[in-house]
Amino acid sequence: MKQWRAQTLAELRLLARNGEQLLLTIGIPVLLLVFFSVVDVLPTGEGDAIDFLLPGVLAIALMSTAMVSLGIATGFERSYGVLKRLGATPLGRPRLIAAKVASVVSVQVFQFVVLAIIAALLGWSASDMNIAALLIGFLFGTASFVGIGLLLAGTLRGEINLAAQNGLYLLMLLLSGMIIDADSMPAALNSLATALPSGALATIFRTATGHSSDALAGPTMVLIAWSAAALTLTGRNFSWSPSDSRR
Amino acid sequence: MVVEDLVVSYGDLRAVDHASFTASHGEVTVILGPNGAGKTSTIEVCEGFRVASAGNVSVAGLDPIRDHAQLTRKMGVMLQGSGVYPSSRVHEIVRLYVDLYDKGASAAALVDQVGLGHRRGHSWKRLSGGEQQRLSLALALAAVPEVAFLDEPTAGVDVSGRQDIRRIVADLAATGCAVVLATHELDEAERIADRIVIFHHGRVVANGTLAELRAGNDGLRFSSSPALDDRELARHLGAEVTRGADGHFVVSADPTPSLVARLSQWLADHSLPLNDLRTSETLEAIFQRIVDSIGDGR
Repeated sequence: MKQWRAQTLAELRLLARNGEQLLLTIGIPVLLLVFFSVVDVLPTGEGDAIDFLLPGVLAIALMSTAMVSLGIATGFERSYGVLKRLGATPLGRPRLIAAKVASVVSVQVFQFVVLAIIAALLGWSASDMNIAALLIGFLFGTASFVGIGLLLAGTLRGEINLAAQNGLYLLMLLLSGMIIDADSMPAALNSLATALPSGALATIFRTATGHSSDALAGPTMVLIAWSAAALTLTGRNFSWSPSDSRR
Repeated sequence: MVVEDLVVSYGDLRAVDHASFTASHGEVTVILGPNGAGKTSTIEVCEGFRVASAGNVSVAGLDPIRDHAQLTRKMGVMLQGSGVYPSSRVHEIVRLYVDLYDKGASAAALVDQVGLGHRRGHSWKRLSGGEQQRLSLALALAAVPEVAFLDEPTAGVDVSGRQDIRRIVADLAATGCAVVLATHELDEAERIADRIVIFHHGRVVANGTLAELRAGNDGLRFSSSPALDDRELARHLGAEVTRGADGHFVVSADPTPSLVARLSQWLADHSLPLNDLRTSETLEAIFQRIVDSIGDGR
């Protein structure tokens, strides 16, 4: 317990000190939420823009922390030999992963509180919240994106991992109906959006924030499938140091 | 720690070739060899980071891979390249490792012990190369280890830093820890080692204390003018005199004060200089002799 707590605090401390990560996890989601709800340039469907934007931005925030922020930091830790060095301590891999997940979840909770407050100031009402849908999305969304982020971090070299995480983030941001309504996109892209974890998560969060009453089963199955695939592949392929023969 | 018939291969390349040696508690065992001799591969197998292709390794009575979790509680490690995130601050990272090992070490005392008290709040990336090595050593000490693996601990460290690191390593061995230290620096090894294991092309070509490695190669070593007449000197001293390169000579006899006096007098009588007088073989000379005696080592 002591080791896990110490490592979690160390993770949070490094995160708080990293300007790019803060911009990615807090700055960009807040900017997207405020800018596009004030400036009406995006196809946000019918109703208030904030009601459409909030669930998408929550999904982006979760993706930026669980996948990009975790994945980039872990990738650099791997290339700097940090993971290898920690591997020689009694921390152990399960507790290291638990510490990383705890720091990711802490940041996500902070992001959600900040975004909900800003959304409320911009006219969103929490009265139709569906807490069960929020928790389902949070749980399986985090699992999916942690899996994808760690898979890239544990198999690619530092700089390539950085590019891949950022590229994937941008692709999902644009293609998944997170801030651009998928119904306004061509049919092929629309079906792609429903199959991506980002699109499924945005759909679940749309129900969670009271914007829609879409069925949860479909997108939840999509997230479970992504979680299972990404975490399994990560478990099999993650190497703790670029020259590791042990895995 | 016991390494028995260890083999480490990377594809066709055999990095470690049937190496065997032991390291004991309370001693500094230096693994010495040029870059690429198999030192780091051997240490990584002992640390549990690398799977041996063949052979047996036992560290503190444990199998480094199978019993890795137990081993981490007894083992201090200093990697080549610190393994520290660049924005980590000195006192924070030492504190983290003290908590991870949970063996009662004091973070503040460790930071002072390695001479980084004035850099406590600095991030790793703002430390000099030598300071980064000191920090890495502090992380190994945080384990309060029974066995410590230090890979090139003095690489990039200035003279006073080297003295500090030698002192800390000697203190660590004095607590009963088995210190295993890899280096390619002969001078460093000579100053610090209780026992030396020489690696060459992946094989252990010599293993023993300095005195054991020198055994049978006693003599008085000096350098002077290449014009020195070694046959006349040999007649004068009544001992064999061997000429080496660049005006180096070896008198094959017990290097007593009387022999030194007679040599010195003879050189003075012939107006010849006397430089680098040594009564024992340097580790560099031992290393060269051993490597020469095995050809290219294959």
